Amino acid sequence: MEELLLVKYGEISLKGKNRPEFEEALLNHIKWILREHPGARIEKAHGRLYIHSSHDTRLLSRLSKVPGIVAVAPALKTENNVGEIRKAAVEAAKRAVETLGESGKKVTFKAESRRSLKSFPLKSPELNHAVGSAVLTAGLGLTVDVHNPTFILQVEVRENGTFLYWTEVKGMGGLPIGSSGKGIILLSGGIDSPVAAYLAMKRGVALEALHFWSFPITGEKSKDKVVRIWQVLKDFDPKMRLHIAHFTKIQTAIMELCPEKYRVTIMRRMMMRVATRLAEKVGALAIFTGENLGQVASQTLESMAAIEDTAGLPVLRPLLTYDKRETVELAEKIGTYELSCLPYEDCCTVFVPKHPVTKPRIERVREAEKDLPVDELVEECVRNIETLTE
Amino acid sequence: MAKAAENADVVYLDNSSTTRPDPRVVAAVTEVLEEDFGNPSSLHRLGAKAERLMENARGSVARLINADASEIYFTSGGTEANNWAIWGTVAPGSKRHIVSTKVEHPSVIALLDHLHERGFRVTLVGVDSEGRVDPDEVMDAVTEDTALVSVMFVQNEIGTIQDCREIGRRLMDLGKKKPRFHVDAVQGFARLPIDVRDWGVDLLTMSAHKIHGIKGAGALYIRKGVNIQPLVFGGGQESGMRSGTENMPGIVGFGEACKIWAGDSEEVMTRLTTLRKRLVTGIKSVFPEAVLHGPVEEGVAPHIVHFSFPGFKGESILHALEARNVFVSTGSACSSHKAKPSPVVLALGRSEDEALSSIRFSMSRYTTEEDIDRAIQAVDESLKELAAWRKKR
Repeated sequence: MEELLLVKYGEISLKGKNRPEFEEALLNHIKWILREHPGARIEKAHGRLYIHSSHDTRLLSRLSKVPGIVAVAPALKTENNVGEIRKAAVEAAKRAVETLGESGKKVTFKAESRRSLKSFPLKSPELNHAVGSAVLTAGLGLTVDVHNPTFILQVEVRENGTFLYWTEVKGMGGLPIGSSGKGIILLSGGIDSPVAAYLAMKRGVALEALHFWSFPITGEKSKDKVVRIWQVLKDFDPKMRLHIAHFTKIQTAIMELCPEKYRVTIMRRMMMRVATRLAEKVGALAIFTGENLGQVASQTLESMAAIEDTAGLPVLRPLLTYDKRETVELAEKIGTYELSCLPYEDCCTVFVPKHPVTKPRIERVREAEKDLPVDELVEECVRNIETLTE
Repeated sequence: MAKAAENADVVYLDNSSTTRPDPRVVAAVTEVLEEDFGNPSSLHRLGAKAERLMENARGSVARLINADASEIYFTSGGTEANNWAIWGTVAPGSKRHIVSTKVEHPSVIALLDHLHERGFRVTLVGVDSEGRVDPDEVMDAVTEDTALVSVMFVQNEIGTIQDCREIGRRLMDLGKKKPRFHVDAVQGFARLPIDVRDWGVDLLTMSAHKIHGIKGAGALYIRKGVNIQPLVFGGGQESGMRSGTENMPGIVGFGEACKIWAGDSEEVMTRLTTLRKRLVTGIKSVFPEAVLHGPVEEGVAPHIVHFSFPGFKGESILHALEARNVFVSTGSACSSHKAKPSPVVLALGRSEDEALSSIRFSMSRYTTEEDIDRAIQAVDESLKELAAWRKKR
């Protein structure tokens, strides 16, 4: 009898020809995580992923943050032999009682067997009976309830052995990192952008984070805040990098050379230009932002069009239609909310004019930035980007 | 070694936040960590050694304020000592009124707010445009129901020295009706003369890391005969007044730092007075619109200089100076990560803009003339760099 973790993935199995590629992406992600769990080993066999590992709760919670995994079941594996299966069933039931039983409440179960190994001598109903009777006579005080059991003891007889499990930890679902290509996420210190990043990662996008830092208007601590947020996001994609762009020179030029009311729009247009250049360098196919329709006065369709005007790639906004409350709930779940609420200032408090244009017209904005040495500024900014990997 | 090189070129003018430990302090602390690591409560030789070291330190602290060693109780720092002085005084059955000032440190103000919510009456006396508390106003606020008067010695943001001696003496005149007198002396202790007997102080707060000791150590002076409740209960250390195994490295370092100041504080402060003038004049000359807070020369601690640079954001100036290896703080370091105007600057009757654009330069015994000149030059460069970001008025 061996302890192991059974990894279930959902949508990948629908992906037809892409399936091997997607499985490979998931496998690589899990391997990366297992570097910190030296006792564990992953195996791909017969269209399943198994992690040979004890039922380590730390590992389980890390796996619950791997895009593409629907669920992980702590399982027992044994030989394809009725006697051994009955022994394993009793052990499985003991563990189920330990983890699922509530004091004072009667614990009930039912057995559900499946055989993909058709040569196995017992048919599924017979195996259910063999397993059920073993558990009932083991002195655990369990009874059978076929309609509403406390747990279902799953027994799978497969070519490479029999697997028993009684519970599973929900994963985040979605698609494995990288299976949808690469993207840039504009990461501020705020609540929204980390959530947008999470949603993009969930759909299999390998992200490169880009943060615009305005030293000396803001300090190291405001950068550290973003670093901490990025480190939380790395749980979902350990290979995600953080690029820090020094943005003050561009902002100063905007303040000096552009009409005040267009400052914010032009600043975002410059961000898009820098992001596009970075995307070319790293092979990204889209720019993700935390923008939302109507959350603040400047988040209008007109404004988005004026900003997107300078992006050479699709600008995708996973939070476009979210209410603030929904975003906050997700941020809390992801674990970035508290960090985002840390009280370090962003540069905008100084930069934002009293009366910004909320529905800018593209031609007017282009006119407003005509004195700005755009290429030169973008070039310098991109050249000085600092990249963090750890 | 890399760290030392990184710090070599630094002009550190944030000494009211914390100071660099003196090398002699570091040596004494290291010895405690490596050799004399005993617990002073232990009965064996190592314990005895630790106890001797601790009692030596206690004596060194006491001498600086003309107290008896037995009146010094070590704490985790200034915040605990302030909390203890106040909490310990307002024990059940005590009088229900406290007098303090509008410019106290947050470790006093926050606790007084809390006590106010719990039904205590709190009178906070205001200050004049230079941050001075008028002893008459303090006395006017005192009633028969006043349990405690708490006034800080040196204001931590602007350096104004309060006339604690005058306040203490006038309180003594009240005779039997005298409320207890607490002085938060964190910012002036060791650098300026303090005499708890002459001033009639009952409780006085001190901290090690502001005087080149290390963080995590401080003390409360409790005048003999003053009965205050402990804040921390346990194994009965510090004569049962402050339980918990003593922070030996911090305490020994504290003692060592006090010894250093006992030898030369007057000389150091005379030098800092000259440097302060140089800094004030220099900043005024590179930026005439700068507004100095606190007294110009008389009645101000020589190591603190606080300016507002109207239209600029204090934090941006701080970071621009930092880029030039000059380290300062905006208002009080404890509140600087909130973009809140400095309440102390507001209490002087200044505008919000001035309270948001203020920078505190605080010197130490190591500050040199060259440091000051570099700081002035860095201010000049920083303000020029930030000119585009200046708010138009």
